[in-house]
Amino acid sequence: MSIHAPEAGWLRAPSGGERLWIGLALAWCVILSLAMPYWHFKGKQNSTGESYRVTATAFMERVNRFIAAYKVGEEKGVAVVEPPPGSDVYLQASMWRWYPILKLKEGQSYRIHVSSMDLQHGFSLLPMNMNFQVLPGYDHVLTVTPTSKGEFTIVCNEFCGIGHHAMTGKILVD
Amino acid sequence: MSTITVGAAPVPVDTPAPKRNHAPGQVRICDTTGLPVCTVAERFIRLNAVAAVVFLLVGAICALLVALTRWPAVHLLDPVWYYRLLTAHGLNMLIFWIIFMEIGILYFASTSLLGTRLASKGLAIASFALMAVGALVTNWAVFFTQQADVLMTSYVPLRAHPAFYAGILAFAVGALLGVIDFFATLYIAKRDKTYEGSVPLVTFGATAAAIIAVVTILHGAIALIPAFTWSLGLTEVPDAGWYRIMWWGLGHQSQQINVTAMVSVWYFLGTVTVGAKPLNQAVCRGAFVLYILFINLASAHHILVDPGVGAGWKIWNTSYAMYLAVLASLIHGFTVPASVEVALRKKGHTKGLFGWLAKAPWRNPGFSAFFLSLLIFGFIGGITGVTLGTQQINIIAHNTLRIPGHFHATVVGGTSLAFMGLAYYVVPLIFRREYPLRWLARLQPYLFGGGILLLSMGMSFAGSYGVPRRHWDVEFTGAQFSAGFDAGAHLMLGVLGVGGVVAFIGLLVFILLTVWAVFLGKRIVNRPMTPW
Repeated sequence: MSIHAPEAGWLRAPSGGERLWIGLALAWCVILSLAMPYWHFKGKQNSTGESYRVTATAFMERVNRFIAAYKVGEEKGVAVVEPPPGSDVYLQASMWRWYPILKLKEGQSYRIHVSSMDLQHGFSLLPMNMNFQVLPGYDHVLTVTPTSKGEFTIVCNEFCGIGHHAMTGKILVD
Repeated sequence: MSTITVGAAPVPVDTPAPKRNHAPGQVRICDTTGLPVCTVAERFIRLNAVAAVVFLLVGAICALLVALTRWPAVHLLDPVWYYRLLTAHGLNMLIFWIIFMEIGILYFASTSLLGTRLASKGLAIASFALMAVGALVTNWAVFFTQQADVLMTSYVPLRAHPAFYAGILAFAVGALLGVIDFFATLYIAKRDKTYEGSVPLVTFGATAAAIIAVVTILHGAIALIPAFTWSLGLTEVPDAGWYRIMWWGLGHQSQQINVTAMVSVWYFLGTVTVGAKPLNQAVCRGAFVLYILFINLASAHHILVDPGVGAGWKIWNTSYAMYLAVLASLIHGFTVPASVEVALRKKGHTKGLFGWLAKAPWRNPGFSAFFLSLLIFGFIGGITGVTLGTQQINIIAHNTLRIPGHFHATVVGGTSLAFMGLAYYVVPLIFRREYPLRWLARLQPYLFGGGILLLSMGMSFAGSYGVPRRHWDVEFTGAQFSAGFDAGAHLMLGVLGVGGVVAFIGLLVFILLTVWAVFLGKRIVNRPMTPW
């Protein structure tokens, strides 16, 4: 009984079905343990976690330099920026917008730097459903290769105050 | 059977009468279970249980309103109240309801199961007082200062009113005092030899939960003390990435206290409802040890798509060790139902492979709550948890509704439902009152479990479309660039809403029946409780 002291000699190795189950479960756990690192390298879908310390002011300067260099237009007063393939791309999160609009080429790689100017934010790319945490003080570098054309929306999925639900941005891929 | 020698004649002695260390008049023998009940501990079990149910009610009302807001067709609250009530919902449910219950469970598992008195009444008073004051202060901060709409996680640099942090810290210190009283009770039971041999399995599980609780509370202090001093303007803002790692040492690990306490409650309810007896206690105990050693790393899952830590750190912390904790759950997931099966087969329910399951006491709410909790936790909560904790899948799940879809299956369909099942025995055995409207009590676990199942599935599937958690408006009204989700996601949010309403009704039934039973139920004097 689980509510009384166990009988003497309770400390014994598992046997029968219980032993089989523990063996199967352990084998499954080992497989899962190996599958994750294996697919990290083989699948190439995960961020390496590349990130740097950065202050909000320094990051904002980089964003502005980036916009000045590669701006190709405006939409609703927001700069549309088309950086050359392979270059460093900057995306700034703040209450409550993603800035600027990025215009990328299908099949080309970019190093997208994301940081927050104020609170924590959640980068969520729709309709792909791809999500990253964005923190103030950290420059999170995501190496991204768009694999389909179209217009993608960035929404925020980390609570960042009362306007959180209206925090959106855009990535265009052609 | 052993013999001792008195004078010349050998006197056969069955198990020797256990020693008692209670003060005169501070112990009674339970008429149902035959267990000794320390009447001092009993008072604190009652106090903690009552406080737990009060905060459960607050959390439940918030839950209903929040669910009705996430249901797009209803979209009840405005954004301020949505985030405010979501903050209150998380704190009252995940911290206050559950930890008050757990402190009560610790007092029971140490005093009654070991046949000892409670080590310190003063410590229990201080513990309860600090926890109650802490819970009230934090609720006050959330509802009345208008400066604590920071959600349960209060991620810096989102700043709350100082009372918000102070209340949680006071509550944590109170809980720690209760845990210390538990350890002290284990010590005096051992010292006074109130039990023979090893501690019972349920006490062992409770000890595992208490050890995890200490580690959890330390993480909470490390995260929240700097946030508290910062909110007072005394220190610089803590680093956002550092805070997340420390906070999840509190946030996820506190859920592991729940898991461990819940598994102990499963073993308890298995015993009292069908006389279940674990096949091999060494296996069950070994699995609890795995929880203590490895489950703390589950907190690393929350950091899988964060900057600040590299891929190596993420993989290391979420693969090998996490799966050793998963192994523990897989073991309990076998030993608990197996012990029930063996017990029921011994009673003659041997027809076919699952004849025992069909003949299980499904009309006993203690049993149905326990078994539904096992199924919901194992099949929905456990599987979603392992899935979400995988680095690859986390990218498409982080901060979406899949996350609350997972933990509503573990902590609500699992832990809360198991604790409700426990209440169907705590009220008759500790408050010594019968439940009224027993037909309704028999229905309650199905109502609540079914509602949570719907809610959890609605959340999980909506989240798989990318619908964010903690988000007031999936139509993104007023956003500069429009966004939204298709009909499938809206359908799933509707399922979430319906599930939320059903679960709320199930919860309300539980609270009303329990309050009725505690204050007006038929007294149980000098007789066993009426069997369910």
